[in-house]
Amino acid sequence: MSNALDTPLGRPRWQRSWWYHAKYYAQTWRGSVASTVLFPIFYLSALGVGVGHLVSAHTGLVQGQTYLHFIAPSLLATTAMQLGEGESLWPVLAAVKWIRSYHAAAATPLEPEDILVGKLAWVVTRAFVTGIVYTVVIGAFGALQSWWCLTLPFIGGLIALAFSAPLVAFAARAQSDGSFTTIYRFGFVPMFLFSATFYPVSAYPGYLRPLVQFVPLYHGVALARAAAFGEGSWGAIALHLTFLVVMAIAGVVWGRRTMRRRLVD
Amino acid sequence: MTTSPILEAHELVKSFGDLTAVKGVSFAIERGESFGFLGPNGAGKTSTMRMISAVSQPSSGSLSILGLDPRTHGPEIRGRLGVVPQEDTLELELSVRLNLEMFGRYFDIPREVLRERASELLEFTQLSERANDKVDNLSGGMKRRLTIARALINRPEILILDEPTTGLDPQARHLLWERLYRLKREGVTLIITTHYMDEAEQLCDRLVVMDHGSIVAQGPPRELIARHSTREVVELRFGTDSHDELRDRLTPFAQRIETLPDRILLYVDEGDDTLRELHAAGITPTSALVRRSSLEDVFLSLTGRTLVD
Repeated sequence: MSNALDTPLGRPRWQRSWWYHAKYYAQTWRGSVASTVLFPIFYLSALGVGVGHLVSAHTGLVQGQTYLHFIAPSLLATTAMQLGEGESLWPVLAAVKWIRSYHAAAATPLEPEDILVGKLAWVVTRAFVTGIVYTVVIGAFGALQSWWCLTLPFIGGLIALAFSAPLVAFAARAQSDGSFTTIYRFGFVPMFLFSATFYPVSAYPGYLRPLVQFVPLYHGVALARAAAFGEGSWGAIALHLTFLVVMAIAGVVWGRRTMRRRLVD
Repeated sequence: MTTSPILEAHELVKSFGDLTAVKGVSFAIERGESFGFLGPNGAGKTSTMRMISAVSQPSSGSLSILGLDPRTHGPEIRGRLGVVPQEDTLELELSVRLNLEMFGRYFDIPREVLRERASELLEFTQLSERANDKVDNLSGGMKRRLTIARALINRPEILILDEPTTGLDPQARHLLWERLYRLKREGVTLIITTHYMDEAEQLCDRLVVMDHGSIVAQGPPRELIARHSTREVVELRFGTDSHDELRDRLTPFAQRIETLPDRILLYVDEGDDTLRELHAAGITPTSALVRRSSLEDVFLSLTGRTLVD
């Protein structure tokens, strides 16, 4: 009954949780891969080329860009957000309540923090890889104008983390998924539409413009645009980055508490 | 070999806010022993199990598992335990084999070792033919066996089972019991909670009886029965509700009487003798059954309630 022959590999515990999430995805990924590649192509064709045709006839360039180029980076940002949400609400509630796979993991050497960090690391990994695919597609539509575009996958990872961390924390303390639909309907859908995703902030009346600063996705969209076009002031970029990093950190701190309470109390 | 207990608890308390689920329990479990926690739902068994699985921390009291303190050595202790929770917590979308191999990675066991061990465990739990099936398609008994196989993936020194056979049909239960005997023979220490007295009698060398968060008795099943009950029990049914009146008439015939909603239990040494005496006295129940005393009777005698309501 000795474990001497096992020769453990000495992997950090959070990495074992990351690996588990990745392996699970690898077993059930088939549907999502096609959509990862096809969705941006459809989207950019319909909105960028189709709607863009109308926009250019009506207003000409948007902030010095064709409409297609203008919305392409925001596509990467909104997708990263959606990926962060999609991985975090229902799957986490299932893992702590319905299937209870996190409870099973908590009975192994893993601590709640290991499970949390492994989960978030996996979300970042997925967003990063998706970010690479999107960067290539956006590039193929000619929307990349700077070497800074190489940071796009990292920006995607950060956006996904900024949304995923607080949502995982929230889902880990939920008793039912009743509130999740509300979050989607009144949180994410408006955010997707109104974060200067499809038009510049200047389209809002002056008194509304400062409010956009408080919409998390706006910062992601602005960062993605800055990277794609190699423009924007360092001050603004620092603000966008700070906003997302603070969200991520707050989410991790909160998540550590909710996961602990749910799994080991 | 040391003779110190593999697990030792002293005055363990677990509270959740105002609710105290476990109110100062003490016990010691020896290596290789099969130890049970018997009690009705809500007795504090699951909270106790979560503490001795080094998952939740005691609110107060001391606990030593494998000679280590779970407060400071949680991951190390859990690496040497196997836990079979009340619900199966399996990945329903994945195959039987993957459930084992993926779980094994939590213990940082190398892939080749896991592959080999998963095959052995599937053999042991008689699931080899279902290795590549989705877990969702397994029967309840098979899922239970897979959960046990999963708990054994790290070759644990202690296997902790919370209500292992709840919801299983008799055949599935016996198959599971038989596997647990085999593990015990191989030297694994078993810790089992159950609210089935026959399960506790079958599986446990020694057990504690819990009620309302406290231990009300502890010892080997036979000894508990000898100490808290008579050798035999006569179960009488009268097809009437006026048990109180009957109780008075029956009192002279038994050492102790328990009145349940549907029957009256007479605690005696020789049931057949008692039946003859009742007959001679003109007491004619609609049905009468003589059986040996069980842990159920111990629980009834200690708490005045039955285990399964």
